[in-house]
Amino acid sequence: MTTVKFTLNGKKVTLETDISRRFLDVLRNDLNQTGPKEGCGEGECGACAVLLDGHSVNSCLLPLAYVHNKEVMTIEGYAETERYKVLEEAFIHEGSVQCGICIPGMMIAAESLLNQNPNPSETSIRHSLSGNLCRCTGYNMIVKAIQRAAQRGKGLW
Amino acid sequence: MVKHYLPSSFQEALEIKHQEDVMLIAGGTDLMVQHRTWSELPPQFDKPLLFLFNLAELKYIKKDANTLYIGSMTDLETLLYHNDTPPCLKDIIALMASPAIRYVCTLAGNIVNASPAADSLLALYALDAKLVLTSLKEERIVSIESFITGPRQTIIKSNEIIKEIQLPHQPFNRVHFKKIGGRKSDAISKLAFLGLANVNQDHQIDTFRIVLNAVAPTLIRLHETERTVEGLSLEAFKHQKDALLEAYNTAIKPIDDQRSNRTYRRQAALNLIRQFIETL
Ligand SMILES: Cc1cc2nc3c(=O)[nH]c(=O)nc-3n(C[C@H](O)[C@H](O)[C@H](O)COP(=O)(O)OP(=O)(O)OC[C@H]3O[C@@H](n4cnc5c(N)ncnc54)[C@H](O)[C@@H]3O)c2cc1C
Ligand code: FES
Ligand code: FES
Repeated sequence: MTTVKFTLNGKKVTLETDISRRFLDVLRNDLNQTGPKEGCGEGECGACAVLLDGHSVNSCLLPLAYVHNKEVMTIEGYAETERYKVLEEAFIHEGSVQCGICIPGMMIAAESLLNQNPNPSETSIRHSLSGNLCRCTGYNMIVKAIQRAAQRGKGLW
Repeated sequence: MVKHYLPSSFQEALEIKHQEDVMLIAGGTDLMVQHRTWSELPPQFDKPLLFLFNLAELKYIKKDANTLYIGSMTDLETLLYHNDTPPCLKDIIALMASPAIRYVCTLAGNIVNASPAADSLLALYALDAKLVLTSLKEERIVSIESFITGPRQTIIKSNEIIKEIQLPHQPFNRVHFKKIGGRKSDAISKLAFLGLANVNQDHQIDTFRIVLNAVAPTLIRLHETERTVEGLSLEAFKHQKDALLEAYNTAIKPIDDQRSNRTYRRQAALNLIRQFIETL
């Protein structure tokens, strides 16, 4: 048992548990954050993505210890932000969501990109989604949604 | 339950490593997959883990007149966007894993994992990288090629931690990197190729490097063959091409596995070498 402290969606969290546990399990089972999904469990699909200090990471590969003293945001926390609302409108407008299981990860990847580059080219959008798999949409409408969000959300990122 | 360690300084990490048989973990992107069990259960490690990535002391990129110094806990995204990262290493990192994985994983992890298909090793071999191995009592510097002795085999001692990776500055005006994988990201190489050369104003080849991964138990770099080419004019070099191809053809020993097969790997490797030398 080791103590791990971090911020989750703006609130301080202190946990005493096995610090080698996958962060995904801690989020879903201990902290009731079920937005991050388990797709592959080995870093290849991005369904489990969360923001760590503003950058997307795959929580299925992350030992809990990694988040010590860091800031974590899940899709649950992100959904409370202005930026999320712009992305949500764009995803709906472009018809980017089908079954939806990849979408929390797609939104986290989009936020991570726009955070670094508020004016991304189509190529950088595709690169930023390269670790996120979607079995439904064919990706084009997700790329379009991020382009739309970048335009309509000018000044937010 | 195994007790794991989250040290707050490099000194403390060295002390723990000195006293106890622990497993080092950096980004965990190799270890967490290799030791995975069932969903919702912790990964299974038979030794305590010593977490290194939170050591800010080991996250830096510095340079002096001769060398670039990379702290061993520097993540690959930072290297990808840093001005001082050598261009060939940037090209390679851009096709490694995905942004989310690169943000946590390290060169040190890629090195010690010592996969024959590791991508960053192409640049580290070609650029004559040196590793600083530190233990509580001493520090030694070894070349990347002497560090890796076989698939997943290195000469690291049980009390040592990689503190730093050093890359001597070397100019190259020809850089050709090609990775062949199942897809562009999140793909382990079927094989990959890095060719570097510096051709001077008199059209002479000053320096020449070829490194290949996934075509032998460790990466392939042929120093003697490189030396036969260095100093040649581009004109004279043309007559060396067949000998050069033959040298690499003899040295590579590809295998069949789930990602590719030996016939494909050999042919693709020779095609990539030919493409590089024909466009020099
Ligand atoms: C989806 C996915 C895609 C991937 N794509 C690629 C790819 O395209 N190309 C590629 O080459 N690899 C790829 N990998 C493999 C992996 O991401 C890399 O090997 C990465 O560089 C490992 O770094 P890490 O910090 O995560 O290592 P860890 O898993 O933390 O450690 C790996 C090994 O290094 C040791 N170690 C770590 N730090 C130190 C240190 N400072 N001193 C001594 N020993 C140390 C550990 O004990 C362990 O044995 C991929 C992995 C995944 C999951
Ligand atoms: S579940 Fe984490 S990347 Fe697939
Ligand atoms: S919408 Fe179904 S997986 Fe992406």
